[in-house]
Amino acid sequence: MLSRTADHVYWLGRYAERAENLARTIDVQYRLSLLPQAGSAEQHGWEKVLATLGLEAAYAARHDVLEPHRIIDFLAFDSSNASSILSCLRTARENARAVRGAISSEMWETFNATWLEARAQAPSRFTAVNIAEFLDWVKYRAHLARGVVLGSMLRDESYQFMQIGTFLERADGVARLLLVRLASDAEAATEGGAPHDYYPWSMLLRGLSAFENFRRVSRDSVSPSRVLEFVILHQAVPRSIYRSTNLVYENLRAVASGQSAETLRRAGLLHAELRFGTLATLAPQGSVRFLHELLARTADLSDRIGRDFLGHVA
Amino acid sequence: MDRPAAPFDEMYTADGHVRPHYGAYSEWLMRQPDDALRQKRAEADSLFHRVGITFAVYGEQEGSERLIPFDIIPRVLSAEEWRKLAAGLRQRVRALNAFVGDIYHGQDIVKAGLLAPEQVFCNSQYRPEMQGMEVPGGIYAHIAGVDVVRAGQGEFYVLEDNLRVPSGVSYMLEDRKMMMRLFPELFAQNRVAPVEHYPDRLLENLASVAPAGVADPVVVVLTPGAHNSAYFEHAFLAQQMGVELVEGQDLFVRDGFVYMRTTRGPQRVDVIYRRIDDDFLDPLVFRPDSVLGVPGLMSAYRAGRVTVANAIGTGIADDKSIYPYVPDMIRFYLGEEPLLANVPTRILRRKDDLAYTLAHLEELVVKEVHGAGGYGMLIGPTASEAEREDFRLRILAAPEKYIAQPTLALSTCPTFVEQGVAPRHIDLRPFVLSGRDVTIVPGGLTRVALRAGSLVVNSSQGGGTKDTWVLED
Repeated sequence: MLSRTADHVYWLGRYAERAENLARTIDVQYRLSLLPQAGSAEQHGWEKVLATLGLEAAYAARHDVLEPHRIIDFLAFDSSNASSILSCLRTARENARAVRGAISSEMWETFNATWLEARAQAPSRFTAVNIAEFLDWVKYRAHLARGVVLGSMLRDESYQFMQIGTFLERADGVARLLLVRLASDAEAATEGGAPHDYYPWSMLLRGLSAFENFRRVSRDSVSPSRVLEFVILHQAVPRSIYRSTNLVYENLRAVASGQSAETLRRAGLLHAELRFGTLATLAPQGSVRFLHELLARTADLSDRIGRDFLGHVA
Repeated sequence: MDRPAAPFDEMYTADGHVRPHYGAYSEWLMRQPDDALRQKRAEADSLFHRVGITFAVYGEQEGSERLIPFDIIPRVLSAEEWRKLAAGLRQRVRALNAFVGDIYHGQDIVKAGLLAPEQVFCNSQYRPEMQGMEVPGGIYAHIAGVDVVRAGQGEFYVLEDNLRVPSGVSYMLEDRKMMMRLFPELFAQNRVAPVEHYPDRLLENLASVAPAGVADPVVVVLTPGAHNSAYFEHAFLAQQMGVELVEGQDLFVRDGFVYMRTTRGPQRVDVIYRRIDDDFLDPLVFRPDSVLGVPGLMSAYRAGRVTVANAIGTGIADDKSIYPYVPDMIRFYLGEEPLLANVPTRILRRKDDLAYTLAHLEELVVKEVHGAGGYGMLIGPTASEAEREDFRLRILAAPEKYIAQPTLALSTCPTFVEQGVAPRHIDLRPFVLSGRDVTIVPGGLTRVALRAGSLVVNSSQGGGTKDTWVLED
């Protein structure tokens, strides 16, 4: 297929997934803020979301003060923020439009309709009433798009490059969500407060549509290490990092060419480490360190894929 | 001269009777309350938005996309009307292809004295790079979009032959799809000839003109990109044909062949259905500032290693200054009498035509020979005195740049507008494919001037479209 087309479907996959990850991240943080013990931790939680997404500077350029409702506004609806949910939906749609001939009509219509609806209906400012509704809508549209992709797209290179984009983004997004949680725990620990493990971590599982799954496969109580193990390594959890790296590897293998051998090796290595490792062997120096390394490795894979297939110059 | 009281109406005779081929539809229409029609139209709008059948608008805020208004009342042609029209179109396009071939070879038509040499060689659409070059099958205009209007008692006239990159066929197909979705019952009651096979025919046609010896040709659609006003159509046709939609940057020429950059390295391209004007195709030969084209394409083309459709230089045959000579071409190349009439045209490079035109500006339509899309045009009867004076000076400065035609009372067709169903002027653009054979899917794109009394059907100036039905016997 055309390199330019592959580039567009890859970024279509990434931005669609990014919008969903962002909705899930905001959702988790928002629900946490409704807990009775939230207090000042609430504001700090939002700051950590900004920091973990690398958006502190962009936010500071727009707003003088750190306030939860401004941060939510910035993350969800601000079209001047290229990483807001609204911007991601627009970029996904623009990528789909650029290759509307190479994807199924139903796919194009779905991404187009999502953007048109978002533009027409997204509230321009956050209110407690509609943010949950908006996030639910984003997730619902993501479910719909996923179904349309699965149900209508030819299993050719277009599909494979889109999957690669989707799952690299998912690994990245889930890692960042975990980092936000770990940073908040660390802060709570230094302040000497007793960490409420159950609520924040079960909230995180819910945000990943994984709470019921956790209950089903694990008899353990909800604790940071159990949840980390589950979300990072479990082979059957749709949003686990292991599963994402596995799908990146499998799809990369399907599109492999002479020049992509090293990229495939690195993707395979990452996948194998998560497949056969345990948290203890993978993260001897702690989960935070491990997750940051993981982010660096997915970024490296993305760069290499750009050079190997998508016509990016080194 | 008295203008006729009312123009020819497609549905009604002059004394108000429904024409026979509109019988079933008209009965149905009478039974529809305005509210139901209004609701269907709103449904069509929302569907078109969702499907993204839009055209980009230049000069407005970045990324503006607009719908072309769609009218829910179809334009209907009887089998008999269509047979005549189709035969005339076939004949005309055959002659036009013969003409382009002649111009780029022996120029017999110039030698025979039918056309002055400067009208060809000083024409900006003449491409000396094409001189003496053979093209597969001798076909230049693989896809023609011939604009036809009806006037007088319903006679067909060819208004212009679009032989470069005619657009609109995607609207023909999408309008049909929309009609079948909104009003399935109508298609059960009327025997409407299908048009959905157009992309199939187009692909077949393009493959049939591949360079000699290529067994399984790779066809691509070349687009200027997502910001072009017709981008939807480019993507649509590529998708419907199952071929790659490429931009200039996706192609390159190496060792005399054209390749596209793919995820598995270079892949050869045999036929390029280009939707980019000649000027932008190859910066080494045409406009050096073009970033839309492919450097070296012309040399690969001349060497016969790739087919470009439509051929480069085809514009010489659809130029407004050449148009008046098409009936002569039909006689000259085919030895036949034209089946379809030209609009009687005065050529202002001729002294007596110029004098007549200047004396009758308030009756005539004056067109700039290189204008397109309804720009550079004077519609005498509706223009102000000042506009006519301004045009008079422009004509006197360079009469060879203009032609003049009578103001045709274009036929009208009932159209659903704000006030309800009312007659509006229409034209028709059938799409003629030339390759191994000449094929035309029944009908074409009907464009409608939505403003009452307006004769301008161009989408850039407030025109809309209608589904076009050719009824089968």
